[in-house]
Amino acid sequence: MTSMTLEDVTVDFPIYNAKSRSLKNQVMSLATGGTIGSNADGHVVIRGLESINISLNDGDRLGLIGHNGSGKTTLLRVMSGVYYPSGGRISIQGKCTSLINISLGIDAEATGRENIGIRGALLGFTKREMAEKQAEIEEFSELGNFLDMPVRTYSTGMQLRLAFSISTVIQPEILIMDEWLAAGDEGFQHKANERLHELVNKTKILIIASHSKDLLVKNCTRIVWLEHGKVKMDGDAETVANAYFGHHS
Amino acid sequence: MPMTIANSQKITAWEDVTAAVGNFRLAALLGWQDVAQRYRRSSVGAFWLTINMGVLIGALGLIFGTIFRSPMSEFLPFICVGLIMWGYYSQLINEGCLSFISNTETMLQLPLPFFTYILRTWWRNSIILFHNIVIFPVVLLIFGKFISFNSLLVIPAFFLVSLNMLWMMVILSVICTRYRDLTQIIQNIMQVGMYVTPIMWQPHQLPADKSILILDFNPFYHLISVIRDPLLGGTGTLLNWGVVVVMALAGWTAALLFLNRFRSRVTYWL
Repeated sequence: MTSMTLEDVTVDFPIYNAKSRSLKNQVMSLATGGTIGSNADGHVVIRGLESINISLNDGDRLGLIGHNGSGKTTLLRVMSGVYYPSGGRISIQGKCTSLINISLGIDAEATGRENIGIRGALLGFTKREMAEKQAEIEEFSELGNFLDMPVRTYSTGMQLRLAFSISTVIQPEILIMDEWLAAGDEGFQHKANERLHELVNKTKILIIASHSKDLLVKNCTRIVWLEHGKVKMDGDAETVANAYFGHHS
Repeated sequence: MPMTIANSQKITAWEDVTAAVGNFRLAALLGWQDVAQRYRRSSVGAFWLTINMGVLIGALGLIFGTIFRSPMSEFLPFICVGLIMWGYYSQLINEGCLSFISNTETMLQLPLPFFTYILRTWWRNSIILFHNIVIFPVVLLIFGKFISFNSLLVIPAFFLVSLNMLWMMVILSVICTRYRDLTQIIQNIMQVGMYVTPIMWQPHQLPADKSILILDFNPFYHLISVIRDPLLGGTGTLLNWGVVVVMALAGWTAALLFLNRFRSRVTYWL
């Protein structure tokens, strides 16, 4: 059973290089971003998330919306296990993979083939699994002889194709994405979209942050609207999307 | 294996370290990649470091050997092992401070065990050490010397020394991520440490009454001695070995407690 439960999750970022004195006695909230305050030690603290309660089960497709600095990325990081909440509890059951920056770990001086190995290891593949997938990745990327060239000789589109091909061979139970992945030219984009849809359909729980109404309504069953690190609205995709995008246009 | 199954429990330091060791392949691959980068567009690659080290050993060996009036056949092998090992230790410490900081991007995206980044730094520098160590047999050959049976002691010694370096790196990487200035201070300490530790001078050149204070309280003296003495035909003193073993045990206990306490805060400090 795949599930993810966040109970009263709060995230405070300590900011050690800000002058805490000037902010000592004031708590201000900005138009964007979380709430700036100070903690018991007198350090400046930015509250990234406050009392988030979300429970996800098999088949849930969650969209996250909110303007810049509303806490979407922070929430994605909490969900992918990178940030341990400073308050509250999170429990995750299932293999969880985040495709936030697919170019992570790509070494420009190494060849395409070497990069497949590195990125694959970062994604948690064993040597044997990697050997099985190698041919599939190489074929999908359509890079041909360029696979033996250093990645720095690739065009931006080709680099994206490589990164995309490696990153999407995963089979996670929980998939976390920040915006829909784009890859390369028209022809490849079509193929990439197909593969991504396949991946999204196979995964048991999808969590995606996006600014695109179309994308969210099409792929999600539920949307959480974040503002200043708090849940402003939580409901079925259509309702929340209409409220958010109506309100913003 | 990334630690993908999280739950309401924090990931303990023990789980972190065992997961990283269990997936040593990842750390080795990343560390190897760091070294491989030196070989790209350069046929000599990481051996440039070895060439630099060789020149340093030759120059310092001649100067200090002459100043101290030590016979070259004895002094040059001594300073050779000393400088190579000191280079290894100080690189591990200095780069250990940056182990998390230099992997910020990865750490903010993948929930990999943190110890993987430490192992990466260790593996990278160990590969470079194995490049540098080729200088030693060359120096021995020049003086028509051969290594003795005692040299086999370097195998357990390297294991113990690595255990010690790794716990130091665990603690330093956490503190230096929180207090960025500390990296500079540590670099300074390591720079001074090279002169305080018997590398360019020999322990017996110290007056006997001062040697306890200067040598025995210096952990790096023991860490150097358990490697250097066997390679030069000795064994290292019982105190050397005792300190290295006790320090490994105590250090790892402290490091695990420390990592356990602060592990969940580290990504917030990046």
